[in-house]
Amino acid sequence: MAVRVNRIGLEPQVYKGGKTTLCAGCGHNAISERIIDAFYDMGVDPRRVIKLSGIGCSSKSPAYFLGGSHGFNAVHGRMPSVGTGAMLANKKLIAIGVSGDGDTGAIGIGQFVHLMRRNLPIIYIIEDNGCYGLTKGQFSPTADLGSKLKTGVVNDLPPIDTCALAIELGATFVARSFSGDKKQLLALLKAALAHRGTVMLDVISPCVTFNDHEGSTKSYAYVKEHDDPLEEVSFVPFFEEITVDYDPGSTQEVRMHDGSRLLLKKLEEAYDPTDKITAMKRLQETARRGEFATGLIYIEPDRDDFLEQLNLSDEPLATLPLEKIRPGREALDEIMESLR
Amino acid sequence: MSPTDLAFQEQQAAGRRHRVVNDFSIQVATVNGSGSQTANLVLLRSILLMGVPVSGKNMFPSNIAGLPTWYTIRASKRGYVGRKKEVDFLVAMNPETAKEDVLTLDPGAAVVYDETLKLNALRSDLTFYPAPFDKLVTPVCPDAKLRRLVRNMIYDGILARLLGIDLSLMDKALNKQLGKKGRAVALNSAALKAGWDYAEANLPKQDPYYLEPMNETAGKILIEGNTAAAIGCMMAGVTVVAWYPITPSSSLCESLIGYMKKYRIEKETGKATFAIVQAEDEIASLGMVIGASWAGARAMTATAGPGISLMSEFAGLAYYAESPAVIFDVQRVGPSTGLPTRTAQGDLLTTAFLSHGDTKHIMIIPHSVEECYTMAQDAFDLAEHFQTPVFVMMDLDLGMNNWMSDGFKYPDKPINRGKVLTDETLKKIGEWGRYKDVDGDGIAYRTIPGDGMPAYFARGSGHNARGQYSERPDDYVENMDRLARKFETARAHVPKPVIDRQANAKIGFIGYGTSHYAIEESRDQLREEMKVETSYFRLRAYPFTDELAAFIDAHERLYVIEQNRDAQALQLMKLDLTPERVSKLRSVLHYNGLPIDARSISDDVLAQEGYEVAKKNVRAGSSAGMTGGE
Ligand SMILES: Cc1ncc(C[n+]2csc(CCOP(=O)(O)OP(=O)(O)O)c2C)c(N)n1
Ligand code: SF4
Repeated sequence: MAVRVNRIGLEPQVYKGGKTTLCAGCGHNAISERIIDAFYDMGVDPRRVIKLSGIGCSSKSPAYFLGGSHGFNAVHGRMPSVGTGAMLANKKLIAIGVSGDGDTGAIGIGQFVHLMRRNLPIIYIIEDNGCYGLTKGQFSPTADLGSKLKTGVVNDLPPIDTCALAIELGATFVARSFSGDKKQLLALLKAALAHRGTVMLDVISPCVTFNDHEGSTKSYAYVKEHDDPLEEVSFVPFFEEITVDYDPGSTQEVRMHDGSRLLLKKLEEAYDPTDKITAMKRLQETARRGEFATGLIYIEPDRDDFLEQLNLSDEPLATLPLEKIRPGREALDEIMESLR
Repeated sequence: MSPTDLAFQEQQAAGRRHRVVNDFSIQVATVNGSGSQTANLVLLRSILLMGVPVSGKNMFPSNIAGLPTWYTIRASKRGYVGRKKEVDFLVAMNPETAKEDVLTLDPGAAVVYDETLKLNALRSDLTFYPAPFDKLVTPVCPDAKLRRLVRNMIYDGILARLLGIDLSLMDKALNKQLGKKGRAVALNSAALKAGWDYAEANLPKQDPYYLEPMNETAGKILIEGNTAAAIGCMMAGVTVVAWYPITPSSSLCESLIGYMKKYRIEKETGKATFAIVQAEDEIASLGMVIGASWAGARAMTATAGPGISLMSEFAGLAYYAESPAVIFDVQRVGPSTGLPTRTAQGDLLTTAFLSHGDTKHIMIIPHSVEECYTMAQDAFDLAEHFQTPVFVMMDLDLGMNNWMSDGFKYPDKPINRGKVLTDETLKKIGEWGRYKDVDGDGIAYRTIPGDGMPAYFARGSGHNARGQYSERPDDYVENMDRLARKFETARAHVPKPVIDRQANAKIGFIGYGTSHYAIEESRDQLREEMKVETSYFRLRAYPFTDELAAFIDAHERLYVIEQNRDAQALQLMKLDLTPERVSKLRSVLHYNGLPIDARSISDDVLAQEGYEVAKKNVRAGSSAGMTGGE
C-alpha cells in the first residue's frame, strides 16, 4: 500500500513531534494535532519552520509537533522578542509561536503589545485556559469575571480580551477558536499559514486538571455551550481549485496574499471581518452575553509586514557573505578622514 | 606637609613665574542646552590642529536644558589624556555656579568671565579677564534668537588670543564642526573674531599658560568611544541590532544607524544588509539579539546598568541554551538610576554573573577608542566561537567623550563564525548532538534554522547532550561541567592583558578601562616626584588569564585601581586566586562620578605606602563635581 504524502512529498509522520507530557485531555494536545494537520495539508517544509514559545504547559507543546523543525523555548512571556530576532535574521523562515494566557496576558503583555504593533510575520497562538496550568491553577488575566477556581476562589477582576487588544494594536489577522472545534481551528490555522504579517490566534483550550469544573467559564462544557461562531470558515489554498460552489450572497470571500481564499459563510447575523469597528463591537456584544465569538474576527490581508518595512536584502541577513557585510577599505578610509 | 604636596606647590609657584606651555587644563562652565558644545569642540579641535595632544571631557547633567555643565579640555605635551584634577583656566559662563567655580580654583589660575558677574571681587590670587559678552555678540549676530548660541564663540576667540591659537586654525575647526552649514559658519566665525579683537585690545596677557605648536597629532582622529565601537560593529559584519535608548549608550546605536545607512545598503538593490530595531525595552532588546543569533545573524545590543539589570533572565538563557550575543555596557554611575550622566566602572560584578544559577559571562574591557573599535570585532568572534553572551564593558568617559587616536586599521582577518555543523563535520564526527563536546574544549557544534542541517530545540530548561529535555542528575551535571570547561577554554582566547614590568618595582598596579590614563600619569608622578617605581598590568578581559597570577607573584604589593566603591575587579580576583596572592592585593577606588585622575591615585597609593599626604589632595572630587545640580 502506498503511503500518504502531501504536496511536497512528505509523510504525515514527518510533521509529528515528541510524545506529549501534558495531561491526557488537555486542550493543548488537541491544538498540537491541528497544527500538525495544517502544516501537513499546506505542504510546509518543516526545515523552514521555527517554533517558539515562552514558559507554561502550553509553551512546552512545540516539542510535540514538527520534530524536524528548529525550536526555541524562551523565557516566560518573552517569546515575541526571540521570534522577532529570528525573523530579522532570516526572513525566509516560517514562524509559529505558542504561548499561554498567563505567558501572554500577564508577564508577557508588554512584548505581546509590541509584537502586534509591528506586524511581524508570525503565527502567534495563545492556548487560553484562563489559568496558570504549570504552576497549578492560579487565575490568569484572561479569567472571566466571576469564574471560580477549584478551591472556590472567585475571580473579581475583568478579563483581558486578547483579540480585542490585538485588533486595537494593529494586528492584521485576529481569530479565536476552541481546541474542541477541529474543523474551525484547522481552517484558521491553514489561513494563518497563508497570511503575511502577524496572526493572533486565541484558542480556548481547557485545562482538565485545574480549570474544567462547574463554575469555571473555561471548562469544556461551558465553552461548548457558549461558543458563538461568527461565520463558517473554510479555506481554499492557492494550490487547489475551488471544488464547491458557493452563493456570493451568503458567503464572503477573502483573498489572501498568496492567492489562497477564505470562504466565510454567513450564519444568522452578517459579519464582515475586514471592518475593524464591526469587529470590536461584536467582541463586546458577545462578551456581554457571556459568550465567546469564534472564527475569523479581523483580517487586513495586504498591509506590509515588519520585514518589508525594514527593506531587508533579498538574501537572509544570516547568510549574507562577508563581502556584503563588511564594507571595503575605502569606506573605512573615508570615515577616518571625516574624523581628522 | 607631605612630599607630594610640596612638589605640587613648587610646580605651581614655578608656573606663575615661568611660562607653562602645552600643559594645563581649561574648564568651560556653562548651562546645558545653551549650545556651548560647538564652541567647546572647536576649541578642542583647534588645539589638536596645533599638533598638541589634547583631550576633552564633558560633565553634563541628566537634563535637557538649564542645568550646569562643565567641559574640560586638557592640553598635554606629554600626551596625558586622563582628567587633570586642577583647573588652570576657567571660562565662567554660568552665573549659577560662577562663584563656586572661582572659589575652588587653585591659586594662580586664570578666569575668563562675563563682566556683569563681577567675579574679580572674589579673590586676589587669580588672573581675571572680564569681557562684555552681550555687547560683543549683538553686532555680529543681528538675529536675537541665535545670540545665545553664537555668544559661546566669543570665549573661543578670547582664548585663542590669550593662549596663542591661530585664528585660522579655529576657523578650520569651525568649518569641520559645522560642515555645510554656511550661514552658521559665517556667524560663528564673526563671533570668534569679535572675541579675539576684544582680547587683543583690552586683555593684556597676565597668566602663564600658553599653547605652542607641536608635531604630535599628525594624522590623528578625534572620536567618541561609542562611535568607534559602532564602526567596529559595522566592520565585524553586524546584521541585527536591537536597542533601547539609555545614556550613555544611545549614541553607539545612533551612530551605527548613520554608518549602516551609508555603507551597508546593497548598491544593486537599495536594500539593507542589516536590521536595526528600537525595541520596547532592554529585555526585548536582548531577546531579539538571542533570537537573531540563534537564527544565524551577528547580533548586538548596547545599554547601560539599568538595562543590564533588566537583561538578567535572558542573559542566563543565552548562557545555558548557548546562543551568541554581543552586549555593550557603557557603564554609568549606579545603583538604580544613580548619576546617569557620570562615569563609573560599577557593573563588573553584576555582569560577570548576570542571571541566576551558576552563570558566568565573558567580559572584555577596552581602554581606548581604538580598542572600542577592535574589541567590538573581537566580541562578535568570541560570542560566536563560544556560543555565549560577550559583554563589552565600556564606560561613559570612554563612550561619550572625544578622544584623540591614530586612524583605525582595516580588519586583517575574516570573521570567525564558530562551530557551525557542516556535512563534512557531520561525516567526521558521526553522530551529532547539539550539546555534545566532541573536541574536548566544551564547545559543541550548532546548527542554524533554515540551514537544512538537523534541527534541535533550544531551551532554558534542563537538557542532555543531544538537546533533549532532561531532569536527570547526571545529564545536568555533565552539561554544567562542560559549560565550565568552555569558560576555561575562553581564558586562552580573550584579549590578553597589557603588561609593563619594571625590573626593580616592588609595587604593581592593576587597572582596566579608562583608568589607564590616570594610572600611566600617576606612575610618572610617583617615579619623578618620589622615585617610586611601579609595574602595570592592564586587565582586558574576564575570565582572567594566567598572566595575572604571575604578575602578582613578581611584586610585593599590588594596587587594583578601579572606578567603583566595592573593588569589584578585586572581588572577582579573589574567586580565582590563592589566599597568598589575595593577601597582596590593595585597592585604589574612585567613585564620585568624575573620571579618575592621576593625582588622586598617587596620593592614595602614597598614603597606603605610609607617606603622609595632605588631606587637600585626597578630597573626593573637583569643584565641578561638588556643585553639580542634581
Ligand atoms: C520569570 C518567571 N516567573 C514565574 C515563572 C513560573 N511560571 C511558569 S509557567 C507559569 C504560568 C503559565 O501559565 P500559562 O501561560 O497560562 O500557561 P499554561 O501552563 O496554563 O498553559 C508561571 C507563572 C517562570 N517560569 N518565570
Ligand atoms: S495542568 Fe492543565 S494546562 Fe497543564 S497540561 Fe495539565 S491540563 Fe494542560
